Amino acid sequence: MKKILIIIAREYITRVRKRSFIIMSIIGPLLFAAMMIIPAWLAQVEDTDIKRIAVVDSSYLFQNVIPETEYLKFDYLGNVSLSSLKENFSDLGYFGILFIAPVVTYDPNAVILYSDKQPNLATRMHISKYLEEYIRDEKLKTYNIENLDEILKSVKTQINVRTIKLTPGGIEKESNTGIMMAVGYVSGFLMYMFLLFLGTQVMRGVMEEKTSRIVEIIISSVKPFQLMMGKIVGIAFVGLTQLLIWIVSTFILVSVAQTLFFPEFRLTPTEQVISQDVMSASPVEDQPMDTSQEIEELKSALGTLKNIDFLVMIGSFLFYFLGGYFLYASLFAAVGSAVDSETDTQQFVFPILIPLILGLIVLVNAINNPGSSVAYWFSIIPLTSPVVMMARIPFGVPIPEVVLSAFLLILFFLASTWLAGKIYRTGILMYGKKITYKELWKWLKY
Amino acid sequence: MEIFKATNVVKRFAHHLALDRVSIAVPRGSIYGLLGPNGAGKTTLLRIINQITAPDDGELFFKGHKLLPANIFNIGYLPEERGLYKKMKVGEQAIYLAQLKGLPKKEAIKGLRFWFEKFEIISWWNRKVEELSKGMQQKLQFVVTILHKPDLLIFDEPFSGFDPINVDLLKNEIITLKEEGATIIFSTHNMESVEELCDHIALIDNGIKLVEGEINNIQKEYKSNIYQVGFQGDEDKVRTLLNDRFEILSITKKDDHLLARIKILDHTPTNDLLNALIPKVSILSLNEELPGMRDIFIGIVKEAKKKV
Repeated sequence: MKKILIIIAREYITRVRKRSFIIMSIIGPLLFAAMMIIPAWLAQVEDTDIKRIAVVDSSYLFQNVIPETEYLKFDYLGNVSLSSLKENFSDLGYFGILFIAPVVTYDPNAVILYSDKQPNLATRMHISKYLEEYIRDEKLKTYNIENLDEILKSVKTQINVRTIKLTPGGIEKESNTGIMMAVGYVSGFLMYMFLLFLGTQVMRGVMEEKTSRIVEIIISSVKPFQLMMGKIVGIAFVGLTQLLIWIVSTFILVSVAQTLFFPEFRLTPTEQVISQDVMSASPVEDQPMDTSQEIEELKSALGTLKNIDFLVMIGSFLFYFLGGYFLYASLFAAVGSAVDSETDTQQFVFPILIPLILGLIVLVNAINNPGSSVAYWFSIIPLTSPVVMMARIPFGVPIPEVVLSAFLLILFFLASTWLAGKIYRTGILMYGKKITYKELWKWLKY
Repeated sequence: MEIFKATNVVKRFAHHLALDRVSIAVPRGSIYGLLGPNGAGKTTLLRIINQITAPDDGELFFKGHKLLPANIFNIGYLPEERGLYKKMKVGEQAIYLAQLKGLPKKEAIKGLRFWFEKFEIISWWNRKVEELSKGMQQKLQFVVTILHKPDLLIFDEPFSGFDPINVDLLKNEIITLKEEGATIIFSTHNMESVEELCDHIALIDNGIKLVEGEINNIQKEYKSNIYQVGFQGDEDKVRTLLNDRFEILSITKKDDHLLARIKILDHTPTNDLLNALIPKVSILSLNEELPGMRDIFIGIVKEAKKKV
C-alpha cells in the first residue's frame, strides 16, 4: 500500500511539473473566460453605438411609425431620390437607408435596409415589428369598427411561458431549458475531453515504461497491478487538479473582468454567462423585449440556476468522472502495455474511441430531449453513460435510473480493471511480437 | 546451506515449455553462474526468483523458508532488458527506485551519495537521464540494484554496454559484495567472466537443467586428460614413443622449445608419461589442460541436442 502511494506521488508530481500542464492551466481559464466575456463585451460595445437610419418613404404613410430607441435613431426624409442617397451614402454618415415602398401593405418584401455594415438581428426585428403592427392597425381601421383603439388595447396580451417542473415530492421547480441545456452540454463535453485526454496520457505513460524498459526494474519491486493502478490514480489526481485550477481561475478571471468592463452587472459570472448563452442560443429572444418581460426572463433564468442543485451536479460529475475514467484508463493502459510503439496502438484504440465519440454524438440529442429513449439507454450503458448522463442530470433524472447507471458503471470499471490487469502484466514484458486480439485473449487465460 | 532453492519449477507458455522441472540450489555467499543459450529459460527463471512471474508448478525457498512477497526487499535484480525514465532527473529517479525497494528517503539519499561519488557520477545528480551516456546509465542501474543491501543479488548480463575499464570496476564491486556476504546469481554469455567470477554454475537448455555444481568439479568432470608438455629435444623421438597408452595431438615449436599436447588414455597415471619421456628429452613443464567453460558449455549443449 505504501508503495502504491509512492507510485501515485511520482506520476502526479512529474506530470504537474511538466511545462504542458502549466501551459494548459494558464491557457484553459483564459480560453474559458474569453468565451464568456467576449460575447458579452461585444454585445455591449454594439449597443452603445448610435445608429442613425435614413427612412425613404415615398408615400409618407409611415412617418414616425418606428419608435426611436437609445441607440437607434430614424430620420424620415420622405420622398427623396433613393439613388442619390445611395451615391452620397458615405458622406452622409448614416448607418443605413431604410426604403419603404408604398406596396408594402400587400408585398412583404417591399422594405429594404441598405447599409455598408451588416445590420444586426435586433435592428431588423425592431423595424419589422413596428411596421407590421402599424400596417395591421391601419388595415383594421378600414373595417370601421367602433372603439377600435380600446378593443385593440384590450386584446393585446402578453404571454411569457414559464416552465415549472413537477418533482415527485410535489415541490415545484422553476426551470429554464436553455440554461439546463448549457449546463448539461458543458459538463458532458468536459467529461468527454477529460476521459479522452487523460486516458491517452495513461496509455502513453504505460508505453513509456515499456519501451524504455524500466518496467522490469520496477516490477521486481512492486506488483504489475500496483504499478498500473498507481499510474491510473496518479493521473486521475492530475486531471482533478487541472479541473480545479480551471474552475477557480476562470471564476477569478471572470470576476475581475466583470468589475473592469461591466461594473453595472450584479450577476455572478456563471449567471451572466449562462444568460448570455441563452440569448445567443435562441435568436428569437434577441428582439428587444419590454423591460418587464426582460426582467421576467432574467428572473426565471436566475430561478433556474438556483434550482439546479450544484452539489448534485458536482457530485455526479465527480462520480461519473471517476467511474468513466477508471473504465477508460484501464482499457487504455491495457493497450499501452500490449504494443511496442505508438503506430501499433491504432487498431486497439479505435474500438475504445467509438463508444466515447458515440457518447458525444448522443450528448447533443440528450440535451435537446433528455427523456428520449436514446438518451435513456446511452446514459445506462456504462461506456457512454459518463458523457450522456451529465447531459441529463441538470434536467433531473429519476433516482432508480441513476442507481442502475451507477451500478453498471462500477461493475464495468471493476471488470475492465481486472481484465486490463491481466493483459497488462503479460503485455509489459512482451517485446517484438505482433499483437492480435487472439493473442490478447490468450493473455487473459495465463 | 543455500540461500535460495528451487525444486521442480515448471513454467508453461502458450506454445512451449519454458522451464521443465528445474531445480537449483544457490549456496550462501557464492557467485552462482546461470548459463545457457539464448531462449534456454534463464530470464524466465530469474523472473520467477524475483516473483515477477509465478511458476505453474514447483516450490521456491529463500533462506530455508518459502519465498514470500516480502522477500523482494532481500533481493536486488538487474534485468538484462533495463532502462530508466528518460525525462526524470538522475537523483530523483534513483531515490524513487530505492523507495520502491522499501528504503526510507533519507537513507536512500545517503547511500546514493556514497555510491555516486564512488562511481564519479555525483555531478549528474540534477541532470536528466537522457543526458547520460549509456555507460553512466548502466552504473546508475547497478547502484540502484545494490543500494538496499540485499542478501541475494541477481545480475542478468551485467557487463553488456560497458567499456573494459568499467567492466573491471564492476567486477571488483561484485567481488567486494561477495566478500561482504552477499550471494550473487550471475547470468551471462561471457564465459571468461564466468571462469573469473563464479564458483558455482548451472547450465540450462530448452528449459531443462543439464548440469549444476561447483565450477572446479565440473571442469574436472569434463576434463579430457590432455596434458601440455614443454620440452627440448628431438620431435621425432617423442613421436616414436607413442604406444597405445598415449596419443599425441600436436607438437608445435615455441621459441627455443617444443610444446606437445598429449592425451593420456585409459586412466594412465601422468608419472608413466614422464617416465617414458625423461630418458629421451629434457622436460621443461607439464600442465594439465582444463577445459574452458566455453568448451564445456558447447560440449554439453551439443550432447543434449544429440539426445533429442
